[in-house]
Amino acid sequence: MRQTCNSDGGVGSTENVQARGITLLSIFVDTPTAEPNPETKLLADFKTDTHLSKVYLAGREYLNKEGQTSVSPLVGKIMQQICTDPTLCPEYPSSFGLPEFTRRATELVLGRDCHAIVENRVLGVQTVGCTGAVRLGAELLKHWYNVSGVWCGPVYLSSPCDDSLAGIFEAAGIQDVRRYRYWDTEQRGVGVQKMMEDLEMAPEQSVIVLSASAHCPTGSDLSQKHWRLLTQLMVRCRFFPFFLLPAQGLCHGDVQQDAWPVRLCASLGMELLCAQSFSHSFGLYGERVGHLLCVLKQSSTLLAVQSQAEKQVRALWSRPSVRGARVVATVLSNPAHHVEWQEGVKSMVERGILVRERLREKLRLLGCPGSWDHLIQQGGLYCCTGLNVQQVEFLEKRRHIYLHPNGCLNPQFCLAAPPGSLQRRHTPKLAVWLCLSTHRIIRVSCLRSPLPSL
Amino acid sequence: MSIFAEVPQAPPVAVFKLTADFREDTHAQKVNLGVGAYRTDDCLPWVLPVVKKVEQMIVEDNSLNHEYLPILGLPELRSAASKVALGDDSPAIKDGRVGAVQALGGTGALRIGAEFLRRWYNGTNNTATPVYVSAPTWENHNAVFSDAGFKDIRPYHYWDGEKKGLDVTGIMDDLENAPEHSIFVLHACAHNPTGTDPTPDEWKTISEVMKRRKLFVFFDSAYQGFASGSLDKDAWAIRYFVSEGFELLCAQSFSKNFGLYNERVGNLTVVAQDKDNLARVLSQMEKIVRTTWSNPPSQGARIVAITLNNPDLFIEWKGNVKTMAESLRDQTHRHVPRHLHITQQIGMFSFTGLNPKQVQYMIKEKHVYLMASGRINMCGLTSKNIDYVAESIHETVSKVQ
Repeated sequence: MRQTCNSDGGVGSTENVQARGITLLSIFVDTPTAEPNPETKLLADFKTDTHLSKVYLAGREYLNKEGQTSVSPLVGKIMQQICTDPTLCPEYPSSFGLPEFTRRATELVLGRDCHAIVENRVLGVQTVGCTGAVRLGAELLKHWYNVSGVWCGPVYLSSPCDDSLAGIFEAAGIQDVRRYRYWDTEQRGVGVQKMMEDLEMAPEQSVIVLSASAHCPTGSDLSQKHWRLLTQLMVRCRFFPFFLLPAQGLCHGDVQQDAWPVRLCASLGMELLCAQSFSHSFGLYGERVGHLLCVLKQSSTLLAVQSQAEKQVRALWSRPSVRGARVVATVLSNPAHHVEWQEGVKSMVERGILVRERLREKLRLLGCPGSWDHLIQQGGLYCCTGLNVQQVEFLEKRRHIYLHPNGCLNPQFCLAAPPGSLQRRHTPKLAVWLCLSTHRIIRVSCLRSPLPSL
Repeated sequence: MSIFAEVPQAPPVAVFKLTADFREDTHAQKVNLGVGAYRTDDCLPWVLPVVKKVEQMIVEDNSLNHEYLPILGLPELRSAASKVALGDDSPAIKDGRVGAVQALGGTGALRIGAEFLRRWYNGTNNTATPVYVSAPTWENHNAVFSDAGFKDIRPYHYWDGEKKGLDVTGIMDDLENAPEHSIFVLHACAHNPTGTDPTPDEWKTISEVMKRRKLFVFFDSAYQGFASGSLDKDAWAIRYFVSEGFELLCAQSFSKNFGLYNERVGNLTVVAQDKDNLARVLSQMEKIVRTTWSNPPSQGARIVAITLNNPDLFIEWKGNVKTMAESLRDQTHRHVPRHLHITQQIGMFSFTGLNPKQVQYMIKEKHVYLMASGRINMCGLTSKNIDYVAESIHETVSKVQ
């Protein structure tokens, strides 16, 4: 065991030492500073940037025209009702969360008449956001995938993917985390062939993490035809699918279509996990409303898996927080509210499509080299521009426009004016800068506003 | 075949099962003395008046958004919560060497602390560092530290079943014999499940031994305010250890003292030797949080933060806490037979001293539900059921050995 130094006022003593016989070196002295996660670092760099026209495009939230996250009037009304409802009491919920919430979250993904639900082989657990769902799923796999053998992976993640995913699996004790090629820079879309090639090489019993729709961070998804091919491969190779569905409804404006790949796998009798989030579709980011869905092959395994899930939850966060889940459950279990919510989601999608179209059009009018059609082919909250690392750095360092290093951005932030900003509309300016960045030509005409000085 | 086909059924979580069995029981006089939540005399959960007030304020405040909280949590909560534990005039806070991580209840705070210690305390990833938990202790302590990766979790003597009080000699022996750098989980006050705490002098002796033997202090503070009705008094042990120069972790829960069981408000207070150490520790904890729940929930955090940071609301809250503590004490002293020694215990729980067979009898024959350890929740006792419970205990002790 590590030795601490004795208290003779020796090496490493600091000014704040409590000199009552305690050792002079902190017990934390060997703790290194953690690498900041890329998103935190990007945001920190943005915040310290003093340039007046700086723009941050890497946010994780859906913004309205004022550049704020917001909830719909319906959600606002329900929160008010919940606050004044005398029948609601602050009891501990179960470790699985609110039953009404898990029921509705499950039905939303699978469809009410899904065989798996009818046959009672579905487990739903309310979690702390999508991260909590992925973590819980990872813990279940680590502990219980193939009990007779010792399973430690591999888990396959798409390249690129959300930068916290690998860490979540590693935290659950799964070190063997690999990548399959997904985004093809040349095609500016999903490189299906390369993806299939990589997965063909994966060992049996691999867990494949798949984005059901609105892939983060590229916004590019597989077509239904490709999903069918992929599921055939997965069945043949005995892979286990772990779906991510963080924004159901916000890709196509249709909850069924967005969940289609999950429903496909369930209809084929596959076992699967699906991590869901209601942050984006309800604007309830701070409430951390997540759900882990587990579809089993046999109902006889349900109770055992359920008991193990409870055990994991108990030592992670014991029980989830209730308010956000209550709002979502209230909306989803009332037919009129459900319709109103779906329409709200649809209009969010329509606005998103508009932004993408404006950006593409601007770039076309500027004569920006390359094809920008992929911007409107992608869906959901994220968008992959296809800009390379140098171009992204140019945008950041020289133009004070902040994108993810992989060239991905959140189109909503293109239209929103950040608080305190002098500009109300960024799309024209962004288009100019993207264009300049792409071919580093100084003289470019901009149709709307005068050329900003370089 | 299902990949989960061979998954064994885990034993149910005892306290959840107890509540489930209680719910299914149709006996007219059934009593639930199991779960650890405050109840009024009508056996209902109590929404603190100050909480209701602040909830309404939040709902009406249009400037509050629903964005993600920072990974480490709401800053106003973290600093105010640490102040509640360490005191407004804490020199450690003034020195800038106190930080905190907002967590999902006390469980979440313990888990983040445990994950950090497993990775960075006593070497790197030293899963062999012994972790000592009291015998008995809250039944989830073991699971939290074990799931965080620690392989060697041991009991330290705490409850003397014959004396029906603290086993001081046992505690001291275990402290003296524990390997250096072992981690000790100490209940700050209102020990769960025994309701029996060390006296200030006993704490001083514990501190002296822990300092000499370089043992790590991890406080679990879930009941601040419930033991004596005074926040400051209940935090005496934590503050004493800090004044003695310990670097320590303190997992705080606001579930009980705010009645916010379902909003999961917790805080892991970190006391380091200096700012530099603190910063590095927090950076690693942030990384751990990112892979557990990413950002903590905002609703409960806001309620607690607003209350703690507003002088009038803070006073009102302290009054609410005192009300709960006094109501618990009233129930204990007025109604419980003295020979059960329970009156000397404090907080929400008491150890009846009933053995597992007697507990089974209580449940099956008398429909009075309590934990197998003999632990009862004092809040489950009301003016309406106290006679029945007392009679049941009397009958049980007479009939079952």
